[in-house]
Amino acid sequence: MMILCVAEIRHGKLVSSIFELLTAAKAMGQPVAAAVVGGAAASAAADTLKGRGFEKVYVASHASLDGQSDEAYAHALKAIVAQAKPETVLLPASAQWRAVAPRLAVLLGTGLASDVIEATAGADKKVQVVRAAFGGNVLSKIAVKGSPAIVTVRPMSYTRTDASGSGAVENVAIAPAGWKVKTRVTGFAPEAATEVDLAAAEKVVSGGRGLGNPQGFELIRKLAQTLGAAVGASRATVDAGWIPYRHQVGLTGRTVRPRLYVACGISGQIQHLAGMSASDVIVAINTDKDCPMMKLANFAVHGDLNEIIPAIVAEVHKLRGEAPAMAGAKKAYCRASFSRNSAASAAAMPARASAVRMWRASCSARSRATPPTGRSTRSTSSST
Amino acid sequence: MDYGFTEQQQEIVNLARAIAQKKIRPVREHYDQTEEFPWPIVEELRKVGLFGVYLPEEVDGLGGGNLELVLAAEELSKACGGIALCVATSSLCALPILLYGSPELRKKYLPDLATGKKLGAFNITEPGAGSDATATKATAVLQGDHYVVNGIKNFCSTGKDADTYVIFATTNPNRGARGISAFVVEKGTPGFTFGKKEEKMGIRANGTYELVFQNCKIPKENLIYKEGYGLFIAQLTFDYSRPGVAAQAIGIAQGALDETMSYIRQRKQFGQSISSFQAIQHMMADCATQIEAGRALLYATVRAMDASNGPAIRKAMEENKVVADCMNELDTKRWTKESGMVKVFCSDTAMRVATDCVQMCGGIGYMRDFPVEKYMRDAKITQIYEGTNQIQRNEIAMMMIKEAASKSKKDLVAA
Amino acid sequence: MHIVVCVKQTPAATQVPVDAATGKLKTEGLPYGLNPWDEYAIEEAIRIKEKLAGSTVTVLSLGPARAEEAIRAAIALGCDEGAHLVDPSFDGTDNMGSSYLLSLGIRKLNAAKPVGLVLCGKQSNDNESGSVAPALGAWLDWPSVAYVRKFASIDEKLAKIERAAEDGTDSLEVDLPAVVSVIKEINEPRLPSLKGKMNSKKAPVAKWGAAELQAEAAKVSAGGRLEIVGQTPPPPRGGGIVVPGATAQEKAAFVANKLKELKFI
Repeated sequence: MMILCVAEIRHGKLVSSIFELLTAAKAMGQPVAAAVVGGAAASAAADTLKGRGFEKVYVASHASLDGQSDEAYAHALKAIVAQAKPETVLLPASAQWRAVAPRLAVLLGTGLASDVIEATAGADKKVQVVRAAFGGNVLSKIAVKGSPAIVTVRPMSYTRTDASGSGAVENVAIAPAGWKVKTRVTGFAPEAATEVDLAAAEKVVSGGRGLGNPQGFELIRKLAQTLGAAVGASRATVDAGWIPYRHQVGLTGRTVRPRLYVACGISGQIQHLAGMSASDVIVAINTDKDCPMMKLANFAVHGDLNEIIPAIVAEVHKLRGEAPAMAGAKKAYCRASFSRNSAASAAAMPARASAVRMWRASCSARSRATPPTGRSTRSTSSST
Repeated sequence: MDYGFTEQQQEIVNLARAIAQKKIRPVREHYDQTEEFPWPIVEELRKVGLFGVYLPEEVDGLGGGNLELVLAAEELSKACGGIALCVATSSLCALPILLYGSPELRKKYLPDLATGKKLGAFNITEPGAGSDATATKATAVLQGDHYVVNGIKNFCSTGKDADTYVIFATTNPNRGARGISAFVVEKGTPGFTFGKKEEKMGIRANGTYELVFQNCKIPKENLIYKEGYGLFIAQLTFDYSRPGVAAQAIGIAQGALDETMSYIRQRKQFGQSISSFQAIQHMMADCATQIEAGRALLYATVRAMDASNGPAIRKAMEENKVVADCMNELDTKRWTKESGMVKVFCSDTAMRVATDCVQMCGGIGYMRDFPVEKYMRDAKITQIYEGTNQIQRNEIAMMMIKEAASKSKKDLVAA
Repeated sequence: MHIVVCVKQTPAATQVPVDAATGKLKTEGLPYGLNPWDEYAIEEAIRIKEKLAGSTVTVLSLGPARAEEAIRAAIALGCDEGAHLVDPSFDGTDNMGSSYLLSLGIRKLNAAKPVGLVLCGKQSNDNESGSVAPALGAWLDWPSVAYVRKFASIDEKLAKIERAAEDGTDSLEVDLPAVVSVIKEINEPRLPSLKGKMNSKKAPVAKWGAAELQAEAAKVSAGGRLEIVGQTPPPPRGGGIVVPGATAQEKAAFVANKLKELKFI
């Protein structure tokens, strides 16, 4: 009985998702091993992992594994599984490994649950997972059969375990020449560093028609920068040409599930809500206190965003001034590659319970008095 | 209301609605403000094949009739009457060629108009010849294998953005109304240039231009039908096309009401939604009733027209003849009165409904950043172009008197 | 090139009620449509077809009788013909079973006319698993590339591809035939043309069941590898608070303190 956690290496660096998998695996109460697949960087990564809470670290290393080919990774993992004989394999649900996992499942003839937000050991020791479907509107509890059970875990679903230990590294012999890999990675273009990727962001600040004009996004950017958040937008602003399409949140844009979603001047048409209503904590700023977004929000701020946003920016800076240690901890998951040196900042990552638990906590019964409606003026944000 | 459309008609409605709502609605304000020609939208409409729904398959159309044409026009106009016009003028150009053109002329010009590869325009108006087309001053003189055209035409919708034009000029000034002829002119023909661009109240996405002809040589074959038939051609074209204006009007009215409904349901005054006030409710009920009455008249009329015109168009395609000749052979009914009634009723309805919608929305309804005032500006033209509603009433009355006279004659014979 | 696009007919809704008693989704009466992600795969297939002379696009779908509508919707957009995998024994099969059946369909299509490329949407809007395209590649023993945002070039033998990752864009070369799943950024899907719509009603759509596919029952059995224990709507939210304060400053201070309390700053 053992759980194998797969480490992701991107461009020579170990990605910290492995420590989220470690948390999930430990909670299942079984021995935990790590699997490292890669080229030159694999052995260094394995050395890191053996001192960080994994009892055993299996390494399949070969120069050809420097490139990120799904086929090669699936074959290498299959070899590790054959040697380690785990009951369950946990992989990060990143773009790379979410695509490797199905190939691995086919090669092993077993079952696969992808992008889960919770994994637990069921009564029969079989793994049971919770995953979201229908844009986060349905949660399914699924028993994964077949051995080993293959599970990819959504980033940020678990906190990162910061443990120490002295595990052993075990090399796994592989023969890549026999795999006949037909994919070759030829290059990489990093995302512009100034922008946080919307889909993977854990915080999003979005603007809607209530901004009044394209310059309104300057305010949004300022708040986003202050919070370390990505910039989102309602469809109306994108259609109006205020901001490029890649920022659009909603049914026809991106679906986001950040921990924090700040909606500024967005009234909350159903198409927009479909793309973000699964966010853990929602803050809405709007002049129309009765609009759907304000009703949905955990914190509804009634007022003019032109006054409120700069005030929040100032207050946050003030709070940071009192607690400067927190300032480093605002990197999105995707950029947080991990090394010993950054352990402190990773440990300072806000503790995140599973999405569901977090959600419950943030929505805990707070009653809200509906203020009497007085003279109402037409909100400038009434048509996002 | 279910009007019992065929599968193809329903597809046209669905597709035109999808484009209107997804593509046109978000940009209509832009084109209204800038008066730019909406080329990206035209490209969309071209790609999905909405230009030739009413044209026979022989000329690369979809094989539908006037009902197909008005369904597309209505849906597009729900989002923007001005952008809808950019499609409609192509039909106004294609219809005289379809109805009176030789098989060769049809083959030469209709396929590109049917696919939208080329845009069409139609121009009969002159500074001195508005409602009175008989006052046409532009001249066309036959010289060998071509006509030489001189004169100024104005108020041409889709003006300089079209490729193919149907224009009217007199080939015999001594014969007055019977001296006017119709021609197809291509953009780029030497001597054919554009004059002033008008600044308009509404339908601003579609540019209105002056057409200037200075010793412009048009090939002889581009004469439509025969010399002197210009006004017959114009009349038959309008009989067919006025329901299209009515469809534009109904679309505008419905679009205005839809925008109004979504606003008045959420607008609160005196502590409640203004849609709960009876004064508003009666206005919206009247608007909806008038729109539905207009739509019912429109669909019933174009269905009857299609049933009546269809056999002549089919016969002309199969036997390689001119459609108007086949209409004469088959004694096809002329629809001047009915198409006039549809145009008058629907355009008056549009103006009334759009005005009431502005009223229901109150102050915001009057503002440019709210869409309802644009519907009111766009609605106005439908009472004016393709024959003012006053001219329509004249024609309706004239036909009534003729029919009554012929009925009493018949009664006399029968007695 | 012979391109196959795999499409799924899915509920055209994001709000799906859950039957509290049985823990099952109430899908009765839901509107169904093409999985929106598949529209990008269809568009890309048609664009490649328009670029490579002599290409054809076949739409492949696994699903109950109604799934034929999705196939015809894809044909209306410009695909040439369809194949529909339909059999009562296919109902309720999981991601591995679905990809296995689709791979059998592709083998059949490949035998008739060699397939150069299989395109899929990155995931379905109902299960959101994103596992079918890579699994298809494995079943076929073809390479697979997921989350593709661009075809830099493609010919009969080789595709140069850009794949979206969290930290940037990977460039890859892949020998064909291959399976590729695409994301939204790759294109803007066209609307169907009227002629396409009318033609789609007449286009040939093959129907293949378990016998035609020679499918192994064990590989498609429902609940074989994944067993749905229960489904629930997410816990309700709402009951948030209106941020108190008389001035913007007071409200902002409240929000900033809450953000700190929740460890967002």
